[in-house]
Amino acid sequence: MAAAGRPAVAPGASLAGRRRRTAWLFLAPLLLALAAVAGWPLLRTIAFSFTDAYLSDLAAWQFVGLDNYLYLAEDPLWWRAVGNTVVFAVVSVSLETLLGLVIALTLDAHLPGRGLLRAAVLIPWAIPTVVSAKMWAWMLNDLYGVANAVLLGLGLIDEPLAWLGDPVLSLAAVIAVDVWKATPFVALLALAALQVLPQQLYESARIDGAGPIRIFFSITLPLIRPALLVAVIFRGLDALRVFDVIYVLTGNAAATASMSVYARQQLVEFQNVGFGSAAATCLFFVVALVTALLITVGRVDLGERSAAS
Amino acid sequence: MSGRRLPALRIAARLGFSLLVAAILFYTVFPFYWAVVSSLKSGSALFEADLIPWDATLQNYASVFRNQPFARTIVNSLVVAALATALSLLLAVLAAFALSRIRFRGRAAVLLAILSVSMFPQIAVLSGMFELVRGLGLYNSLAGLVLSYLILTLPFTTWVLTAFMRELPVELEEAAIVDGASPWRILFGIFLPLLAPALAATGLLSFILAWNEFLFALTFTLSPEQRTVPVAIALISGASAYELPWGQVMAASVTVTLPLIVLVLLLQRRIVSGLTAGAIKG
Repeated sequence: MAAAGRPAVAPGASLAGRRRRTAWLFLAPLLLALAAVAGWPLLRTIAFSFTDAYLSDLAAWQFVGLDNYLYLAEDPLWWRAVGNTVVFAVVSVSLETLLGLVIALTLDAHLPGRGLLRAAVLIPWAIPTVVSAKMWAWMLNDLYGVANAVLLGLGLIDEPLAWLGDPVLSLAAVIAVDVWKATPFVALLALAALQVLPQQLYESARIDGAGPIRIFFSITLPLIRPALLVAVIFRGLDALRVFDVIYVLTGNAAATASMSVYARQQLVEFQNVGFGSAAATCLFFVVALVTALLITVGRVDLGERSAAS
Repeated sequence: MSGRRLPALRIAARLGFSLLVAAILFYTVFPFYWAVVSSLKSGSALFEADLIPWDATLQNYASVFRNQPFARTIVNSLVVAALATALSLLLAVLAAFALSRIRFRGRAAVLLAILSVSMFPQIAVLSGMFELVRGLGLYNSLAGLVLSYLILTLPFTTWVLTAFMRELPVELEEAAIVDGASPWRILFGIFLPLLAPALAATGLLSFILAWNEFLFALTFTLSPEQRTVPVAIALISGASAYELPWGQVMAASVTVTLPLIVLVLLLQRRIVSGLTAGAIKG
């Protein structure tokens, strides 16, 4: 800032240097804040994972080496949580992408009442996850839920289903609620990509006699692939760390517990900070690995191309 | 081909399309509609699957506010989400200027670091954050939540504002530099007024992010007076675990969701631009 009023001696060089200093000056508050609320807590969590710390007194701990990780590797409940998380992530993201694409294509078609439909699609997105989980828990209630009432009324089932009690059904229910909540996000990203597609391409394809299905697979899909990929990356990483929807719908039940639910139960309910931190650290490295893979494969642009110098 | 299609086929296609639209509408809207209907029923009507609440009553809404500090809870959520958003916007505007308008070594690394923080699983910082919050004497306080929410709102606001700021024309800045304007003046005098709509969209999305947060709020607060909305709704309980007062749960859900839905519908264009600015252009 002090240099701002001084006449520039060598305009090109000193201006660039000043701007570099300005950049770091403007970044400093953010970087300090991120170091305090993200970097430091992460390092502390990793450090805790090598100790036997308890929540009641975090200062009293002993170094236990890799013991927590060894116990973790032997806990069938942990592996169940890993399996649940993988199933949840793969199934829910696939369904969200598919459904999101269908909704986006529908919204992109020029039909009357498009604004109304787009507004309706935004509703699940606007509802807090905890609230949507409660709404669905009520609809899926085994005794008084509307889902069972409708299925019984149509004669599709003979007796009420325990949607949130049965091990297989409850994982499916958790996935269904997540799909309902998150599909709009995918749909909106896909729609934004659809709306900037060049129309000439479609006209020439139609002149060449290509049918709608051919057009979709050889023009539309390749062109919106980058946007879909971004949506899949965001959704996939969200799904790997899922907590809210599962905790509210089925609590800590082993049939649905994700890695986050498992780690929090150890950390907070059993007060076992060392062991819980080991589970949390494992999840962190899984997410980090997947992020690195996806960023490399998806070649996410970090803005190198289009900034003013 | 398509020009010579049979009229019957075309009608069938149109019918199929209308059915698809109806199905999407039903799928997205019905769960919320059912929550509204259920919140207006009381007594045994709640346990009947009637699509219309024939004897609509606001009894559940009265109970929610009477049985627990729900008004206080809403104020808590408003305060925490507003403070976390305001702080984040302030830091993000400065950082976004540097990241979008200045070329310097290490910029890609900083962007990557910010993106990675937004990918952090919350659980991975939970024990470290718990220690930090307790160490600062902020356990069971709203300030502790504001502090911990920065890990969600800071990367998000910075990322989206960087994308928005990158769109501003270079000429604007060059002219100002020739006039001898400092970066500070360029940012606050020229850019920010132009970015007002983008700031509103980013701020709203960040507010929603903080308003919806559950894990930190569940872990770092203890007393009902310090709870935020998601925690309060998740922890509404009845006389026993098997007698959850569903009418009240739905009333609370509708109370906190309706303003959000109205806001989102009013600002839908801006929200979509904010969401896509972060993802597509990023």
